Amino acid sequence: MTLLRATKVRHCFGGLCALADFNLDLRQGELMGIIGPNGAGKTTVFNLLTGVYRASEGSIRYRGVELVGLTPHQITAHRIARTFQNIRLFRDLSVLDNVRIAHYSQTRYSPIEALLHVGRYRGEEQRIIDQSRGLLAIFQLEHLAKETACNLPYGSQRRLEIARALAIGPELLLLDEPAAGMNPAEIDQLMELIGSIRRQFQLTILLIEHQMQLVMGICERIKVLDFGETLAEGPPEVIQNEPSVMKAYLGEDSAG
Amino acid sequence: MSAALLKHWQRAMDWRWLLPVLLAGGLVVAFAIPHFRLLNNYVQLVLICVGINIILATSLNLVNGYMGEFSLAHAGFMAVGAYSSALLSMKVLPVVTHPALFHLAVLAGGLVTALLGLLVALPSFKVRGDYLAIITLAFLMIVKSALENIDAVGGPRGISGIPRLTTLPWVFCWTVALVWLIRNFVYSSYGRGVLAIREDEIASDLMSVDTRRVKILAFMLSAFCAGIAGALFAHLLQFISPRVFDIVKTTEILIMVYLGGIASIGGSILGATLYTVLLELLRPSTVAALLSWLPAVVFNPLNEYFIRHLGMLRMIIMPLALVMVMLYWPRGILGMREFRGFIPLGDRWPPPAVRPRGADVA
Repeated sequence: MTLLRATKVRHCFGGLCALADFNLDLRQGELMGIIGPNGAGKTTVFNLLTGVYRASEGSIRYRGVELVGLTPHQITAHRIARTFQNIRLFRDLSVLDNVRIAHYSQTRYSPIEALLHVGRYRGEEQRIIDQSRGLLAIFQLEHLAKETACNLPYGSQRRLEIARALAIGPELLLLDEPAAGMNPAEIDQLMELIGSIRRQFQLTILLIEHQMQLVMGICERIKVLDFGETLAEGPPEVIQNEPSVMKAYLGEDSAG
Repeated sequence: MSAALLKHWQRAMDWRWLLPVLLAGGLVVAFAIPHFRLLNNYVQLVLICVGINIILATSLNLVNGYMGEFSLAHAGFMAVGAYSSALLSMKVLPVVTHPALFHLAVLAGGLVTALLGLLVALPSFKVRGDYLAIITLAFLMIVKSALENIDAVGGPRGISGIPRLTTLPWVFCWTVALVWLIRNFVYSSYGRGVLAIREDEIASDLMSVDTRRVKILAFMLSAFCAGIAGALFAHLLQFISPRVFDIVKTTEILIMVYLGGIASIGGSILGATLYTVLLELLRPSTVAALLSWLPAVVFNPLNEYFIRHLGMLRMIIMPLALVMVMLYWPRGILGMREFRGFIPLGDRWPPPAVRPRGADVA
């Protein structure tokens, strides 16, 4: 079943088109990767999917709902969550608060109940704390719950970002270069982690990555972008031997 | 030694009943002071001003500290609350009903101001930082010049002869109630949304925070409190004019907020109290009264030189003190920290939930 379908999406910044005629079919439960050289428009895809940018043309449908024109938090309410290429945690807040904030749309109490701390407030707060602690435990961050986010080591910050995204309760998780800045051993752990959260939360995952070890290791389908256009799409073993991809990555001669 | 003391202090703050008991005690004292004339009128006046300033500082801190914006509109909100409640109590409410219905007028002043807060929240959807500061400044100027040009509210002469209905016990009640509301708001999912907006607005939007709604709520609550403070202020001074609510008034509130510490309710209370009391203490007459126990040999020359020039000196001492505070505590005295007793039990560290044994900060 198709979860997300983007058709003929086009996005231009002034005269420069970061993305032209972009099509994407994402099936439920799939793990798909987007690769491509720097400036290929990969992060633009994520920004369009999550409503940070509004597509100039085309349509993005998620479970039959048109996403173009919705604000980011409305799109998130449809259970789409993402992480960022350069970590964007709430730096000065505690690790626990970082995860608690992402529960915003699931919080079921009114401003009046919040002002008076009555009614559903207490129960909801307890539920949010318990859920957040549970998520932190999955990512081995529970003992750091009261630490300020910016004091965490780099790898932990990356994990916290994924934990925060999962707090939204997503069906579709968008990971923007999750392995950036990690060493091979950490990448192995990350691959295992992605696999396990995918099973546990029954996620559909779309990820952007430069790290070929990770992309070729876990993605079931790969889409290659270059200069805003799709070069190729298919399973890893096909992509690895695709001449146009080698040309884009390695230059003219090696393709021959 | 001090670590042990701190531990005892923290444990004391964890007593559930401590804050309620202190507040109840404060309430009794607040009612007893005017009833039994425990303190003279001047000291009572200062205490009332402290209360009003606490409301102003805490509510401004919600926008400037917790949300990380820089609003200059606070004196404007105060003016709206002051004018609307004063008109209500003078023109609408019969004099007989004043003691009973005065608080309705105050509440109405707050509600009218909250609506204006909604107006100021609208530009904050698009504009941030310095530019939002300019917009709030413009709002302050609009309010002031509007009041100056409406003859029905006295124009530049303002309104005089407002009944004096603000009393110490009721200011105490309003202060406690409003600070409690702001604290509750801060420790809710909306309050966490406010913090998230300060940290990273785009990321908070992508983490499902409805930033517009959160901004509207924060601005409205902040304006509501400022309006009530203005209403209490009007019924204390018995005279208001547009000149009272200018940029200098906003600056005073800003000083209290940044002195006490941003993003801290305890800090705002401390900042407002310190600022108000210190400025009063530096009055020549106050200093003279405080030092009158000294023998005449010491007191007379002091009185002659120092205290006489204090009127000018206090305008130097206070800003200088502020500069020193900013140098040594750039986030204010209690910046980003909080009195333990103010934090709801569920939010206090160490948390009640399970913690792995021996696990500590890596």
